[in-house]
Amino acid sequence: MSLAEEVDLLRGIPLFERMEPAKLKLLAISSDRVNFRPNAVMMNQGDDGDAAYVIMSGKGDVLIDTPGGEIKVAEIGVGQIVGEIAILIDVPRTATVRTEEGLTALKISKENFLRLLHGSPQVAVEIIRVLAARLENTNAQLREAVANKS
Amino acid sequence: MDRSIYGFIFRHSKAQQIFLLAITCAAFPFIYLQPDLVKRIVNDAIGGQVSDFPKEFLGMEFEQVGYLVLMCCGFLVIVLINGAFKYFINVSKGRLGERMLRRLRYTLYGRVLRFPQPHFKRVSQGEIIPMITQEVEPLGGFIGDAVAQPVFQAGMLVTFLTFIIVQDLYMGMAAIAMFPIQGFIIPRLQKRVNALGKERVRAVRRVSERISESINGIQEVRTNDASNLMRAEFASHLGRIYTIRYEIYHRKFVIKFINNFLAQFTPFLFYLIGGYLAIQGDLSIGALIGVISAHKDMNAPWKELLAFYQQYMDAKIKYEQVVEQFDPPGMLDEKLQLEEPASVPPIKPEAAVAAQNLTYQEDETTIPIQNLNLTFRADENLALVGAAGGGKDELAMLLPRLLAPTGGRVAIDGQDIKDWPEAYLGRRMAYVGPAAYLFSDSVRANLTFGLKHRPMAQPDMDEAATKARQERLAENARSGNSDEDFDDDWVDYAALGATGPEDADARLIDMLAHVDLTRDVYGLGLRGAIDPSASPKLAEGALEARSRLGARLDAENLRDLIEPYDPERYNDNASLAENLLFGTIVAGGLDLETLGDHAYVQKILNDNALTDRLLSIGREAAALMIELFADVEPGDPLFEQYSFIKADALPDYQTILTKTARGALDSLTEPERAMLLAMPFKLIPARHRLGLIDDEVRELVIKARASFRENLPEDLAGAIEFFDPKLYNAAASVQDNILFGKIAYGEAEGPETVGRILNEVVDELGLSGDIVAAGLNFQVGIGGSRLSGAQRQKIAIARALAKRPDILILNGAADAMDSRSRAALTKKVLAAAPGGVVWATSDTEQTAAFDRVAEVAGGRVVNVTGEEE
Repeated sequence: MSLAEEVDLLRGIPLFERMEPAKLKLLAISSDRVNFRPNAVMMNQGDDGDAAYVIMSGKGDVLIDTPGGEIKVAEIGVGQIVGEIAILIDVPRTATVRTEEGLTALKISKENFLRLLHGSPQVAVEIIRVLAARLENTNAQLREAVANKS
Repeated sequence: MDRSIYGFIFRHSKAQQIFLLAITCAAFPFIYLQPDLVKRIVNDAIGGQVSDFPKEFLGMEFEQVGYLVLMCCGFLVIVLINGAFKYFINVSKGRLGERMLRRLRYTLYGRVLRFPQPHFKRVSQGEIIPMITQEVEPLGGFIGDAVAQPVFQAGMLVTFLTFIIVQDLYMGMAAIAMFPIQGFIIPRLQKRVNALGKERVRAVRRVSERISESINGIQEVRTNDASNLMRAEFASHLGRIYTIRYEIYHRKFVIKFINNFLAQFTPFLFYLIGGYLAIQGDLSIGALIGVISAHKDMNAPWKELLAFYQQYMDAKIKYEQVVEQFDPPGMLDEKLQLEEPASVPPIKPEAAVAAQNLTYQEDETTIPIQNLNLTFRADENLALVGAAGGGKDELAMLLPRLLAPTGGRVAIDGQDIKDWPEAYLGRRMAYVGPAAYLFSDSVRANLTFGLKHRPMAQPDMDEAATKARQERLAENARSGNSDEDFDDDWVDYAALGATGPEDADARLIDMLAHVDLTRDVYGLGLRGAIDPSASPKLAEGALEARSRLGARLDAENLRDLIEPYDPERYNDNASLAENLLFGTIVAGGLDLETLGDHAYVQKILNDNALTDRLLSIGREAAALMIELFADVEPGDPLFEQYSFIKADALPDYQTILTKTARGALDSLTEPERAMLLAMPFKLIPARHRLGLIDDEVRELVIKARASFRENLPEDLAGAIEFFDPKLYNAAASVQDNILFGKIAYGEAEGPETVGRILNEVVDELGLSGDIVAAGLNFQVGIGGSRLSGAQRQKIAIARALAKRPDILILNGAADAMDSRSRAALTKKVLAAAPGGVVWATSDTEQTAAFDRVAEVAGGRVVNVTGEEE
């Protein structure tokens, strides 16, 4: 996959969709491409996170540890991003991600991502927009849940 | 040490000086024969009357022409004899001067080794070094002249003077009339010059001291923007030297002026008085001319004498100025270092080590140790604790006599250690301070430093080498230098517990284990290059490991973690430069960074139709970089990490791009082409993923790779060690030889997995010991700067353990480590030390492992815990 394809992939992710093309290219070029073997752990719940991964090929499972054992809560595939919270704030990983088959991902390090934000306020505004939308979405779900309960 | 330079000269070179004087006098008649012969040739042989011939010479008769030939041949012989004398005298003087200089330097250096420790707080290296190296240098020249020159010149002077006096007493008086005046005035004028000379020496010392301070404090200078202050200060010191020098010149030339005037005043008297007498008829003109020419001859030695006087004054100042700096009070007695005791018995385990009424006073106000009393058994493990400045550091330094007590004593088994030869203290005791110093040598040499007290064994030598060695040592002795050969093997293997060099490494590796350093040294060995002919087992083992590693990767389906070096394939995890070179650079001439600038590389590119391809790849890469980085701040770390182009070069590349917008690469200048060519050389396809290197380029590079190797010009022969799957590459590290390929980019856990398998393979093959031994060859750098602080301290402790001391004294010796590793290390060291351990530390957690703990505060032992045995 060439740089241009990587950039297209990144643009498909809401967090990055309104970024200028040049910035997106810079993000792609400063990110490492990482191959994971089948059944490899990409991140471990509870560990400190320092990077987000954009899946370029392959599939993986998102798992959460519960007192009753590991529960699969989602599946991820090409064009999706995992671990993006970690590149915005310092929180431990909230889930474990394990590959199902061989998987290739673009590793976006927290350091490079934040540096990019410092360099261009419009990117930061975009992020705020996306996060605000997510918050609103969560609130809506919460309202709905509360309404259903009562 | 002799206080005066003539004391030094006579003590060490009386015989040679007399010999030189004798030779100088022996040469004298021949010097005067030469002009005499010339006179004979002109007057007798050429200008003589026919009636004067035949002349008789040595019982033979000569006609005029024959006589001329005889005289001319005689002239030539005299010239040769004079030349030979001159040559012999000069060489003898030079040799004498050089030997004396060597002796002086050796003596001064020997004194530095005996300086009391506190003296190093007052004098800096910057002052001491130039004294031994430069300041004494001119003395060598003076010493050769010291006796022969003044005696010879004075002799000539007296000879001529006698001649004049015999001619005419009054004329003789007149000829020397000015001498007393000169003798009176000149030394007075010279006195001030001498004082200035002394001041100049001091000023120059201050300059070198300032330079050395600036170098030691360079980080402070830079981070405080103090360079301008330093420059100004330096300028003021230079100004001081200038002022002094200028005044010296001034006065020196005034002396010269007066000298010249007085010298010419005498002929003035001759002409005036002698002329008057001649006119009056009281003196014959012939006699007057004779006297004048004799005076002229006399003036030459007189001038030489005065010049010598000035040279002497110069040398005297230099000598005295240096010597007084090398005589601080409290210096260790020379005998205690030089004399080898008949035997060095161990300190008995049950011997009492006692500090009795121990006082150490640094100056009027600083008294770190006051009437301290402490007794412990030699084999006891004792911790000295207390706050900094409480005295525990000084106590730790007083025990091995690094400091000399100003009151009381340290006694071991009832004997005051004050008079112990250093052989006891340095072999039976060990000391490791907080600033563990490593010498710029290998790890091995640093570990064995504590075992090298005297030469132990001569290396095997053939007859010629033995002779050369004897001559070298004999010459050493002539200058009073050490008669011990540095090239011998000095390591005391028995003290290490080894039988010889063969099993010494194994013992040293044990020492590394005692201080938790095995892993580190293993890493150094793995990442270092070895000489396969010196370690054939490791080189062969590495090749075996190479194939085993490959097999393991295949078996575990991990082959893609390493992309091997394959002569027929392009390595996508290596740069284009590495792909083209396909080897390791051994020596100068080539450099991976600037490979494209090399003429031969350019020729290979041209021959393989690569130049234009690479230029256009370079152009594309440059265009991309400009697009990406045009509005990134120049200081942004992104530049450093991901841009191929430095921020300040971006505009230049922009110019190139504009110029070649229509694809016309021909219009580029040479430097511009080089700039573009540099880009693709850095490209690593697997890492950069720019898609600029296509399969066609890959193939061209593989072809170019082969022709690069085949056509290698002579000046590059041996500059590259090419990759060969079947051979050990001596220029590459052991690790690279085992991997024989590039660790692939972008494999999760790739390097870790490869590292793990590599270590397993190495263990399987039983190579780890050899790799640790190879690590012992690692050069630690100046002051050990290539190692971390903790590693340096560990090596220093291992060095102390290696000599298996009866008492090991550690003074803040593990301060560069964190508290946990220090605690672990303490246990290991206590277990490994063959005798007692005294450890001064401010880390109270460390003390749990000790038999007893003594708390030192206010210069006294205030509390001792732990049972007495």
